[in-house]
Amino acid sequence: MDGIVQLERQLVDYTASLFHEGFLDDQFNQLQQLQDESNPDFVVEVVTLFFEDADRLLNELTKALGQPSIDFKRLDAHVHQLKGSSSSIGAQRIHRVCISFRNTCEEQNVEGCLKNLQQVKHEYSLVKSKLETLFRMEQQILAAGGSVSR
Amino acid sequence: MESCNCIDPQVPADDLLMKYQYISDFFIALAYFSIPLELIYFVKKSAVFPYRWVLVQFGAFIVLCGATHLINLWTFRIHSRTVAVVMTTAKVLTAVVSCATALMLVHIIPDLLSVKTRELFLKNKAAELDREMGLIRTQEETGRHVRMLTHEIRSTLDRHTILKTTLVELGRTLALEECALWMPTRTGLELQLSYTLRQQNPVGYTVPIHLPVINQVFSSNRAVKISPNCPVARLRPYAGKYMPGAVVAVRVPLLHLSNFQIYDWPEVSTRSYALMVLMLPSDSARQWHVHELELVEVVADQVAVALSHAAILEESMRARDQLMEQNVALDLARREAETAIRARNDFLAVMNHEMRTPMHAVIALSSLLQETDLTAEQRLMVETILKSSNLLATLINDVLDLSRLEDGSLQLEATTFNLHSLFREVLNLIKPVASVKKLSLTSHIASDLPMYAIGDEKRLMQTILNVVGNAVKFSKEGCISISAFVAKPESFRDARIPDFLPVLSDNHFYLRVQVKDSGSGINPQDIPKIFTKFAQNQSLTTRNPAGSGLGLAICRRFVNLMEGHIWVESEGIGKGCTVTFIVKLGIPDRSNEFKLPFVPKVPGNHGSTNFAGLKVLVTDDNGVSRTVTKGLLMHLGCDVTTASSSEECLRVVSLEHEVVFMDVCAGLDGYELAIRIHEKFTKHQDRPLIVALTGNTKKVTKENCMRVGMDGLILKPVSVDKMRGVLSELLERRVLFETV
Repeated sequence: MDGIVQLERQLVDYTASLFHEGFLDDQFNQLQQLQDESNPDFVVEVVTLFFEDADRLLNELTKALGQPSIDFKRLDAHVHQLKGSSSSIGAQRIHRVCISFRNTCEEQNVEGCLKNLQQVKHEYSLVKSKLETLFRMEQQILAAGGSVSR
Repeated sequence: MESCNCIDPQVPADDLLMKYQYISDFFIALAYFSIPLELIYFVKKSAVFPYRWVLVQFGAFIVLCGATHLINLWTFRIHSRTVAVVMTTAKVLTAVVSCATALMLVHIIPDLLSVKTRELFLKNKAAELDREMGLIRTQEETGRHVRMLTHEIRSTLDRHTILKTTLVELGRTLALEECALWMPTRTGLELQLSYTLRQQNPVGYTVPIHLPVINQVFSSNRAVKISPNCPVARLRPYAGKYMPGAVVAVRVPLLHLSNFQIYDWPEVSTRSYALMVLMLPSDSARQWHVHELELVEVVADQVAVALSHAAILEESMRARDQLMEQNVALDLARREAETAIRARNDFLAVMNHEMRTPMHAVIALSSLLQETDLTAEQRLMVETILKSSNLLATLINDVLDLSRLEDGSLQLEATTFNLHSLFREVLNLIKPVASVKKLSLTSHIASDLPMYAIGDEKRLMQTILNVVGNAVKFSKEGCISISAFVAKPESFRDARIPDFLPVLSDNHFYLRVQVKDSGSGINPQDIPKIFTKFAQNQSLTTRNPAGSGLGLAICRRFVNLMEGHIWVESEGIGKGCTVTFIVKLGIPDRSNEFKLPFVPKVPGNHGSTNFAGLKVLVTDDNGVSRTVTKGLLMHLGCDVTTASSSEECLRVVSLEHEVVFMDVCAGLDGYELAIRIHEKFTKHQDRPLIVALTGNTKKVTKENCMRVGMDGLILKPVSVDKMRGVLSELLERRVLFETV
């Protein structure tokens, strides 16, 4: 019992820290609210979907920026998608970078785009690992018989 | 010394004589010398002496005379020739001067004499002036008396005081023995002695008014001397041995308020007069002087004026008292009226609530009862109950509405509403009734009719329903047609609506609705009456259907409040009739949108948080967003279908879906999609609501959405609560545009 309580407390602290550091915002809360008996794994599903989507988009972006003649329109479209996805799950930092990424695309600033891409990738990897940790902790608690309070 | 003209020397016979002559001559000379000196001295002293030259002459004459006499002194003895010569010269000169003086004096002495006469004349004049001064002073005295009298008279507005004062002052000024005032009696046929100076209690003497002497006095505005023996002058038995004093009478005009017009002085004929009689002391030799008579006349006039002032004042005081009474009475009446109105309003307010509550209970429970299992008999009974209570509710509403309309206290609301859906609802409500009566219902909504309008939706619906309801009610067969379009300016210059002068502006348009039926029609003569309250068209062919006759009256009030006009045309009995009305509605633009308060709504009667089974379609090309939105809606209980592209959306969308959420961003051409959806469901009344979900906060986005006919716009991110509120609003109002 003690262990579960400790784990639960750890989870709470960790989640709080994610919010505090700006990795996640209120939208993530909303997602968590949508999870109920009819939809027990809603959050995980959505986040997994996001990861897949983001991976794909980042690949596309890297490819596009590697071209000799860059199609900024396509670039913009991808970034737009990524922006939408990240805002849907509340990945605040990625969302912010996407906004500035879009600006550089509009300006057709190759340097800026490359820099933004680096940043996005960085942020993405951060968030990904954090969320994966979060889910692992939840699984541990559930496995130990505790409950994850929302 | 042969021949000299000198006087022979006389024999010095008498020395004494000589001596006397010597001395006399000496003194004469002295006197002669001193006179001019004195003259000169005194003339110098006096400033006014016009005859200096004469004086010089005279002086010279005297001096020379004196010189002559002086020189004569030497001629008594033997004298030398020189002396003789000198003597001669002196005498000659003297002669010359004296002759000149004599001649001069001829001119002067008459002058001097006339001075004297002038002096006399002036003295006479002065005496005369003195006399006149005395006269004037007397007159002035009199005038002062008059002024003082007048002042006394005019200083009071009390009739009695005026008259008393007049008599007293006159008596004093003129030192009268007796002074009396005779006033006309009420009948106007007699003069009654009203006031006297000396007698304390005038016994009620009366004299008939038509005595010759009185007529004489009344016919002139001057003071008239009358005989002391005439009735008006014989006030008390005189005990004097001699003649009674001279008597004068003068008329005093009495003026009434009614005699005065604003600009005219009252006519002579309407005047009545009082008589003032003045008696000088008997046994005195005084006579009436002219100035005294004048004084009396002036006083009489003043008295008249003062009396009329007093009369006017009395009148105005009376009028003022009357007004005050009336004011008090009016005030009371007003307060009573206010109380009555307040009571009525209270009554209405109470009845409003009290009547509706039980009605509501009856209607609600009856309709619930209808839902349960009932036998056919029971169902019939319940339906009757429901119908009757609905009628009653309508009647209550009508009466209350009408009284509020009459009050002028009704105010229209102004909200943005969907015009097209309003008509849809009306048709939906009327269709069943019409089909029961086997009436066909056609509607024609013009294509240029704006989707949204600003106005009082509820009352507009009430009006349309009432009109259409009447059409259905009064038609036994045939068809009813409803048409609605934007009224063009030309149509306003209609002979049928001569008084209607619409004002066109950019923010408003005029909606024209025409309802034609092929029913029983109305006699053209009855048309003006149909808008009257409680009057129904008592046609023999139709049994009087239910209704209080208030409907059209209320409609007209509403239409008028909406700055419009309603009128009825009918060819006659059996030929159907057409009801047309025009109302002014506002055009919503960007600034007119309402803002949705995004708080979780307390579930009311209409909106519910249970959207169980609500079919929605979510279109988004972003998988993550799509999944999130789907999860959101599923959490609220909706039945969610998803589409990831426009084509898929168009394929999947159907009439079953109530709402279509689409993400309008560059990837998915939401606008195009909206237009296509409209096209797909253009013939159907209940197409799904199209709502845009976007993170795009540009104003142009909203304009575009409205342009393509979207029903709503919501900004991402959407929380659960927000979505709940959004769905409630959407389903209730069927339109929702969030402010960007």
